[in-house]
Amino acid sequence: MNNDQCYHCGEPNAKTKIVFDDRTFCCHGCKTVYEIFSTNDLGYYYQLEQNAGATPDPITGAYDYLDNVDIISKLVSFDEDGVQVVNLTIPHIHCSSCIWVLENLNRLHNSIKNTQVDFLKKKLRVTYATEDYSLKELVTLLARIGYTPNISLKDYEQKSATVDRSLIYKLGVAGFAFGNVMLLSFPEYFEVEEFWLEQYKVVFRWLMLVFSLPVVFYAASGYFVSAYKGLTSKMLNIDVPIALGILALFLRSAVDVVFDFGSGFFDSLTGLVFFLLIGRFFQQKTYGFLSFERDYKSYFPIAVSRLQQNGNEENIQIYEVEKGDKLLIRNQEILPVDCVLLSGGARIDYSFVTGESQPVRKEAGDKLFAGGKQIGGVLKVEVLKSVSQSYLTQLWSNAAFAKNKASDFLTITDGIGRRFTWAVLSIAFVAMAFWLFYDATKAINVFTAVLIIACPCAIALAAPFTLGNLLRIFGKHNFYVKDTNTLERLAQVQTAIFDKTGTLTSASENTIFYEGIELSKEESSLLKNTLRGSNHPLSRSLYELLDAHEIKTLDEFQEQTGKGVLGRHDQHSIRAGSAPFVGTEPDSNSFDTAVYISADELYKGRFVFKNKYRKGVREMFVELSKNYSLAVLSGDNDGEREKLAQLLPLTVPMHFNQRPEDKLAFVEKLQETKKVLMVGDGLNDAGALAQSDVGIAVSENVNVFSPACDAILDAGRLADLAQFLRLSRNGITIIKMSFVLSLCYNLVGLYFAVTGQLRPVIAAILMPLSSISIVAFTTLATNFLGNKLKKQVKT
Amino acid sequence: MSVIYVLLTISICVALIFFIAFVLSVRSGQYDDAYTPSVRMLFEDELVAPTPKENNNQNNSQTE
Repeated sequence: MNNDQCYHCGEPNAKTKIVFDDRTFCCHGCKTVYEIFSTNDLGYYYQLEQNAGATPDPITGAYDYLDNVDIISKLVSFDEDGVQVVNLTIPHIHCSSCIWVLENLNRLHNSIKNTQVDFLKKKLRVTYATEDYSLKELVTLLARIGYTPNISLKDYEQKSATVDRSLIYKLGVAGFAFGNVMLLSFPEYFEVEEFWLEQYKVVFRWLMLVFSLPVVFYAASGYFVSAYKGLTSKMLNIDVPIALGILALFLRSAVDVVFDFGSGFFDSLTGLVFFLLIGRFFQQKTYGFLSFERDYKSYFPIAVSRLQQNGNEENIQIYEVEKGDKLLIRNQEILPVDCVLLSGGARIDYSFVTGESQPVRKEAGDKLFAGGKQIGGVLKVEVLKSVSQSYLTQLWSNAAFAKNKASDFLTITDGIGRRFTWAVLSIAFVAMAFWLFYDATKAINVFTAVLIIACPCAIALAAPFTLGNLLRIFGKHNFYVKDTNTLERLAQVQTAIFDKTGTLTSASENTIFYEGIELSKEESSLLKNTLRGSNHPLSRSLYELLDAHEIKTLDEFQEQTGKGVLGRHDQHSIRAGSAPFVGTEPDSNSFDTAVYISADELYKGRFVFKNKYRKGVREMFVELSKNYSLAVLSGDNDGEREKLAQLLPLTVPMHFNQRPEDKLAFVEKLQETKKVLMVGDGLNDAGALAQSDVGIAVSENVNVFSPACDAILDAGRLADLAQFLRLSRNGITIIKMSFVLSLCYNLVGLYFAVTGQLRPVIAAILMPLSSISIVAFTTLATNFLGNKLKKQVKT
Repeated sequence: MSVIYVLLTISICVALIFFIAFVLSVRSGQYDDAYTPSVRMLFEDELVAPTPKENNNQNNSQTE
């Protein structure tokens, strides 16, 4: 038994550990969860995985809005005969213990009928009887055992997105037909003049024709549609020669069979479509638990408490909030609108918006912006603007959010597709013209043979397999890229822009330094003893910083919530807290969080909390500056300029006081000449992330928060960004090498085709051979690159 | 020698049965979550054998 670790959540135990049932816990929350589990025969939870739990969040009235029938009816996916089914997203799901305990939830309440976990999507589906149970009780139960569900506006709006399984069906159809056609065409390969084979050849061929019909008209339909779209928009994408090849294969084979000219190329046809679809399937690596489309709706609560004229509270949906309404904002609730603080001790955490996690203190009469989270007591606010009109949410009406980056981008494969199509068509026509003079009976044969053999199957497979594999390798290193298209854009980036707060700096770690008159030994001892009594996060970090002193019993101790602490011992007193509390003026030039100190009612100085820069930021900038032009944009004032200048290479420009729109405009201006990569973290970067060619969101907990973006990077991997960028460029090189390889195969095939010797068996060998060798080459090459990355990361 | 037609019909029918089974399994959502079942099957049932719930009145408030 490890006594230094909490038995439930694995956090190191604080000095005030709790011992219960021979086990140690870091806090009462964890102990309570353990009690719930152990009294309900769920102790196996702790045997499956060690320390799998999470400390439950304090919940007081947080889910009151779930009493509202309208809201419930929009959240549940099934509601009939006293049974409701609801799908909840639970970010904490991370191991087998989680699956086990959540699927045995019915032991905690009899009304819960059935629960099912989707691990990769981090979703829980619960069926429960509504007779003596409700959604609110269910959610509260989950929160109490540390599995707090994430209920947001987004769930509210789109309850059931239908899953698109068409690719799997198509793959099934193509694979089914491919296997059967191969079997049926096997006798033809040997060209034996055997009596019974000759007898039934025709039956076999007609059967193959029948099998190929669903392949051409269903499984390959995507290629025809895409080719048609490409042609109408005058863009020869790679699907044009593919569709041409499939069509030529099918028509030629059908004619062969109907007029009994030969066996046709059905094996090549079905094989081609099957391989192409495998490529598509491989390309789509999805991170079910991540969302790249999140906007403010994912974070905003779905309901708030409004104060009625008569003083009663009611829960209303946030779209119903109007200007002039008075709202109650409780602890841990997010402000959905811009408003004015009427009363209450406001400490607003704007980390969703700016990445800065130290809460900001606000007084009555101050303006509060949407997106901030209240920490502490209950606030009363008056609404200034409705949800969609608020400062932050207005950003989403910008055109940058409407454009589709993927469709405006010409991929490397489509780029080669254009030249390829022209080359193939001209070869086909020249060859046909030649044979018209030489032997007119063969002309059409040669023409179709060229189209068939030149079908760029291998070229079309190179990019999906290379990029798809890179996507998986990146994912293993906690860099989650949305799709292969993004990866290609990433390789072309020339400029990288960084947000400062929350991106380059850590949101959770601080450096603390002291400004002012040095504290004497007695004063510092008194301060430490005073801080011991306070549970405020700033007090805790300051307490850890100060040197150890003997423990004294204070004569007097006072803690005023939201203001500070006061301690008195032997005629001396000390105050620590906000500027007014210690009797001084706040330093208006600095926006950093500070704790002011006075001894014996005399102002001494202040402890300033500054965000710490992440590890390896300097090295990353040095590495990146070799190949990219860089810039730093910050929404803060330029107080950090000097410190940042020491960290960055001299050539990196820094811009301060940038509002969200400014960041967007900055990116837009750069895009006139360059491809821009934006690296940011908060909702205030969302505009720039959407506008940039590639927007990467840096996140300390990828499950919880990130604005809409193209890729999500785990904050711990920020230092490796240069490696990721280099790897994506290497990936493009691999694709180009595969193109050369597959062109070699095509040249061999074209030799047979142009000279009129292309027999089905040659096509049936050449086509899979080229495809498989391309797949093998790209997979091996990318894995080789991936291993290099692993080594670099380790050292 | 028409037995070959019989054989062909049977073989195609068998193939079609499997194909239909595949389509049905996809439609029922079996392939939507390919990970969780692999963990679920490893849970040992005997350790969680339901025991009469005499001591869990702290969460249950149902009336019988």
